Formats: sequence, structure tokens, C-alpha cells
Amino acid sequence: MSARRHPLLIPVLLLLVVVAALGSLTLGAVPLSPARIVAVLTGGGDDVARAILLDLRLPRMLLGLIVGAMLGLSGAALQGYLRNPLAEPSVLGASNAAALGAVCALYFGLAQSHPLALPALAIVASLIGIGALFLLAGPAESPLTLILAGIAIATLAGAGISLSLNLSPNPFAAMEIMSWLMGSLENRAYGHVWIALPCVAVGAALLIADGRTLDALTLGEDGAQALGIDLRHARLRLMLGVAIGVGGAVAVSGAIGFVGLIVPHLMRPLTDRSPSAILLPSMLGGAVLLTLADIGVRLIPTASELKLGVLTALLGVPVFLIHLMRERRLW
Amino acid sequence: MVTIRAQGLAVRLGRHPAVSGVDLDLGPGQLVGIIGPNGAGKSTLIRAMLGLAKRESGTVLIDGLDSERLSRRAIARRVAYLPQGQTLHWPLAVERLVALGRMPHLGPLSRLSAQDEAQVDAALKRADVLHLKGRVATELSGGERARVLLARALAVGAPALIADEPLAALDPGHQIDVMDLLKAEARAGSLVVTVLHDLSMAARYCDRLVLMDRGALVADGAPLDVLTQARLARVYGISACIQSHGDWPLILPTGRVKD
Repeated sequence: MSARRHPLLIPVLLLLVVVAALGSLTLGAVPLSPARIVAVLTGGGDDVARAILLDLRLPRMLLGLIVGAMLGLSGAALQGYLRNPLAEPSVLGASNAAALGAVCALYFGLAQSHPLALPALAIVASLIGIGALFLLAGPAESPLTLILAGIAIATLAGAGISLSLNLSPNPFAAMEIMSWLMGSLENRAYGHVWIALPCVAVGAALLIADGRTLDALTLGEDGAQALGIDLRHARLRLMLGVAIGVGGAVAVSGAIGFVGLIVPHLMRPLTDRSPSAILLPSMLGGAVLLTLADIGVRLIPTASELKLGVLTALLGVPVFLIHLMRERRLW
Repeated sequence: MVTIRAQGLAVRLGRHPAVSGVDLDLGPGQLVGIIGPNGAGKSTLIRAMLGLAKRESGTVLIDGLDSERLSRRAIARRVAYLPQGQTLHWPLAVERLVALGRMPHLGPLSRLSAQDEAQVDAALKRADVLHLKGRVATELSGGERARVLLARALAVGAPALIADEPLAALDPGHQIDVMDLLKAEARAGSLVVTVLHDLSMAARYCDRLVLMDRGALVADGAPLDVLTQARLARVYGISACIQSHGDWPLILPTGRVKD
């Protein structure tokens, strides 16, 4: 078969992942000289540099890569499955449900009593959301019922979050909930990495294995089934992959929008445009984009650090509009 | 070699009985035309035989095996299906699109073998679209796209092919090409089932015609036995001029029958 993506696409993306990762280690609010960084990375270095690099920046860098990869991949998989270029994890309600779970943990004070309460609740809520989606959408494989049910769940979860803000006992609690909704990788530790990594690994494995199903769906549901695809199983894998992966990601980073929407659009022109060909590039691209955005929020001088979700939305909308205009040949 | 047998097949779409009590026995080496007015249940019958429409009662046996017990993949390897008026959801290159036909034969995570690629090229050639290989399928004309999708179905290399209205959107030359192709497939031992609206084409090419009306099978046999003036009037509500042109029958609808 002829080249399905540009032969250099994956190597270049891998290089960018390395560059972004190094950038995330070396750039930050406290300037560290290259010599001090190299010293730490080679096993030596002074205590301050070690603390900043290994305890603060390294987990943050890892989380940026992990969360970004999951958001990019799930966006690509959902756009392929739903045959809708506007799909992203929040379309199925997965991210909103996870965010609601996190907010509940904060609101009821569970987050203070146990450090794992918040991520666990986020993942459970995301699974409940997807389970409800299954019940609502019924046995039909049609993407339209799935999108409609997803919107219903996303809206309900959003209303729940607003309600918690509305009823929150004091402004500090509201602030905490708000900051969670805007998404951030500030002050994350290795514990967060160990929560996100297994979830994202399971979710990504479920999503990336289904590339062929997504390609077959180019011919519609009848066409795919006549090619031997069992759509019911495929849908189960997709939903579990999104619920577990995105649930785990949102549990540590909060809701970060637009990465899942934009990255597949950026990658598609560099491939043969088949849904399977953009899965891996979107995963790598998501990791790069989110890590770069996270470097951005650290470097942009503002009174309080910008929230990551705010920056991705601010950057994402113009990129999306440019893409839209290109598609409409206005550019 | 493949056989498809439907017994007492009934399908409901919502509350509407789309197919009721159809018995049909299809074997290798035949070109079978399914004809009937719009809404007669032709496409639903086909979809039910492939397990794509949920049947209310009856059985479908593929090679003597209950199709509900066969996996989708096992059915896909035996029967290639060209749906009616298929929409393409992503702008794939023609070659990629046709290569999707090899999917039922691929193991998990395996790539196309040289043999698979040869099958893809052969299918492109037979559907007369080899020159479109590098084009983007969604940017083709309706007729070109229809032939590319036919090539996709041929690339499966299954012993049976079910094509739902393969002539829609084709110019007269390519209509003849496609019917010649389907006939050649049948002569080579395949079972070919096709839904047609052009009665002359159906009578000229098909070995056997199956006439459907309001979900039921009303006639099944040699083309000229099925296509009588009385049946055309009753089922289609038309009067028609039935003549022979050399060895071929010509069936020309001439007007509406008022009743």
C-alpha cells in the first residue's frame, strides 16, 4: 500500500515530544542554568536544583505528556467513530462527568480526607457517565443517538458542577472548584502520575487497537458490518477506552478542552486522511501540544499563573477558526 | 461456492412490515435480479440475508449454516455487499478505499500482503477505475464513485456478491460494462444477486428474476416468465411493450395503468 502518512511524520513528532519534554524540564518560573540541570540529570547537582527538577518539573512534564496524549488520541478515535470532525471527549460527556466527580469530591470534603478520593471519584463518575450513555443510546449503533445522549449527559454534568458552585459554602471552596474546572498541571506530584498512567495506558490500548474499525466506518455502519466488523463490540471498546483514559486524565489535570478537537485536525492533512492513520500522530501531537501549552502558562508573566485549560481554549479557538476557513477555502 | 437460503423471512422496520414470509434459495453460478417497485422490500430483504437488518422470524442459512451463528467476519468472507447509494464519510484515496475490501481477510494488526494488493489492482481494473487509483474518492463524479465502490466490493474476492442498485448514476456504456462484469462473475461460478430497476437490463442479463411487491415475493423464475404484461400491470401499475431485439428482450414501460 502507498504511504499512509508522511514518512517523516512519526519521527518528527517523536523529536518534538523530546524537545517539549526537555523544554518542560528546563523552563519555568525559577531560572536554572544548563550546567545545574545537566548536573541533576547526570545524578549530581545541588539540592535546590534537584528539588525543582525532580520533584516539581519532572512529574509535571510527565503529566503533560500523558494527559495530552490521551486527549489527542481520544479526539481522533471519537472523530473517526462518530464520523464527525467536531467530536472530542466532552461530546460523549466523559470529561464533564469526570469533572463533576472531581467537584463532588471537593464539595463534600472527601478530597481532604483521602488523597485518592478525588481521582477515584472522577474515574468512577466518567464510567457512570458512559454507562448512562449506553442506556440512553440503546442498542442501535447509530452515531446520532450517541451524540444526542452524550450532549444530554454533558449538560447534566455541567449543571451539577454549576449547582455545586452555586451552593458552595464559602468563596474559597468555590475558588477551588473553579480552578479544577479550568484545568491545570500546577503542583502535581508523582502520586498523580501513578493515577493517570495506568488509566491512560488502558484507555489508549483500547482505542488504538480499533483503527481498522474506524476505517471500515468510512463506508457507514452497513458497509463496516458487511466487512466483518462487529460494531457492538467496537462501541464497547471505544466507550470504555474513553471513559477510563479520559477519566484518569481529567482526574489529575481537571477539564482541558480543545486539545482533543484540534490535534486530529492538525494531523489529518499530513496523512492519507483515513481515521486509523491519525490515531498515533494525534496521540503524539496531543502530548507535544499540551506540554508546550504548559510551558506557556509558566512563562507568561501574570499575577497568578494562567490555568492550562484557559490557554488551550484561547489558543485553540483561533487555530480552529483558521482551519475552518481553510476548509471553506476562504483562506 | 456459496449458497444462501432464506426460509419464512420476515422483517419489520418500526411498525411497518417490510418483508414478510419470503422463501428464497440462491446457489452458485447464477446472476439473480431482484426487482420490484420502490418500497417493495428489496433492500431490506438483502440486508436481512446479510444479518444487517434484524429479522422478526424465519431463518437465513449461508452454506447451510444459520447466519445468526456465523460471525460477521465469516459472513464477510463469503458474501461481498455493495449497499445502495453509499456515502463516504472521509475523503480517502481510491486505492485506500478499494483496499478496505481486503479487511475480512486480514489478521489482527497485519498489513496488506502482495497478494492482497494484486487483488485490489485486479478489482480496480475490472471495474474500469484503475486510472482513478490516486484520486480522492469524494472528489469523483457520481458514476465514477459508484464504480469505485463496486471495485471495493469485488476486492473482497468473496464467492458471492450482493449489489444493491449498482447501475444507479451510471452512463449507458458503463451500465452495460457493469452488467457484463456481473454476468462474468456468475459464469466464473460466483453467486451474484443484484437489485435492478431497468427491466430490459434485468431481462437481458439475469438468469433468474425475483419479483417483490409490498414485502412479499410474488414471482421467481426465468426473466420472461416473470415479466408478463399482467404482472407488470398488477405490481408496477404500468403497461409495457415487451418485444425481442435479436436475442434480447426489450421491456419498455409505455404508461400508467389506472385501476
